[in-house]
Amino acid sequence: MSPNQSEKNTDQYRRKFLAQSAAVAGLTIAPGIILNQVAHAKSDSDKVSANNRWGMLIDTNKCAKGCTDCVTACQTENGWGGANSTETHSNKEQQAQWIRKVTITDKQTGHVQSLPLMCQHCETAPCVDVCPTGASMKREDGIVLVDKHICIGCRYCMMACPYKARSFVHEKLEFQKNHAPRGIGTVESCTMCTHRVDKGQNPACVEACSTKNHNAMIFGDLKDANSAISIELKKHGGEQIRADLGLNTGVRYQNL
Amino acid sequence: MMSLRQFAKRLVILVGLLALPMLSNAGELGPVPPKAKAKASAKTECVEPVAEMRKNHMKFLLHKRDETLREGVRTKTHSLVECIDCHVTPKANGEYARIGEDGHFCSSCHKYAAVNVDCFDCHSDLPANAANHLHSLNKKNPHHKDLTANGSLTKETLNALTAGDKK
Repeated sequence: MSPNQSEKNTDQYRRKFLAQSAAVAGLTIAPGIILNQVAHAKSDSDKVSANNRWGMLIDTNKCAKGCTDCVTACQTENGWGGANSTETHSNKEQQAQWIRKVTITDKQTGHVQSLPLMCQHCETAPCVDVCPTGASMKREDGIVLVDKHICIGCRYCMMACPYKARSFVHEKLEFQKNHAPRGIGTVESCTMCTHRVDKGQNPACVEACSTKNHNAMIFGDLKDANSAISIELKKHGGEQIRADLGLNTGVRYQNL
Repeated sequence: MMSLRQFAKRLVILVGLLALPMLSNAGELGPVPPKAKAKASAKTECVEPVAEMRKNHMKFLLHKRDETLREGVRTKTHSLVECIDCHVTPKANGEYARIGEDGHFCSSCHKYAAVNVDCFDCHSDLPANAANHLHSLNKKNPHHKDLTANGSLTKETLNALTAGDKK
């Protein structure tokens, strides 16, 4: 056996050993806990890591036209829009919108589709590129956020975003949700419910979609080959909106 | 020329007069922030010794905000939400003081020191359960029909309305 070969074998042996011990640890730490919760449970003091990349998969065939359950869930969870916010002086086009339903019609066939559109959490996010202060940022785990503490409200990111996913808050707000601060002079967008994800829960929109039994949205770790989202993506694939831009979005769509 | 005795007498009177305003105000010097809901531990009153908190709370908050937002660290020790939860308590009549009013924990000191805070441009100045639904239920403010004037809902009403939110 060449020295190279033996090194390779040792590596393989080590890898196997680590995988097995990890599996045993997983079992003993959490007997009886549902697998997908273990998959993204992190302790409060842990930092998010690049070992995860959170993503979403939306099946447009299952997404009903006229259904806005995900939008409503996001509004109640994060306190924007309608009765959930004191943003009453801005006109409708100015008011924040973290997630919207979009209807697309194929002109040739007349086929109509409906889908939720929000921040696509790009790997190479244009909003992060253009930000002059570093407020527009991407967490290690792939979630794109605005650090409102240092956002100066220049709105370059809004112009850079090809998905029109970001909004600007034009007026003084009150009664924000304690877990979702938002205020005048800053840009905001879908946070993929970081406050929930960090606790091991699904984002509010995904939860609403499944509790209402539509099951059009899957949330999970794109870097974990055994997560529901990765299995589904491997089996049936998923498209990016504006894939031509090469942004490697975290949100993917099926049957588009 | 003044005798030594006379001088001493006058000195005592002078010192007494100078001390008068201090004595009459004894116990009310400086701001009087409202009491917190509970002690953080038996050892320290707050999450850090009180003197340390008075001097450096802004440094703790600044450090924590970056950790939480950028790195997803969700420990409670220096979290603003936890500060508000513990320190912003209802008044005797069940109403919550809002930021900018003397009764609000942060304002009680910050007004005295004339230091503006912009935390509450974005963050809620009320504990989670008090803030939910508050705005749409009180129409006292004539300009802002949808806003409260002073967040004046009684504790009972609030509890009844937000019962579903306390999971």
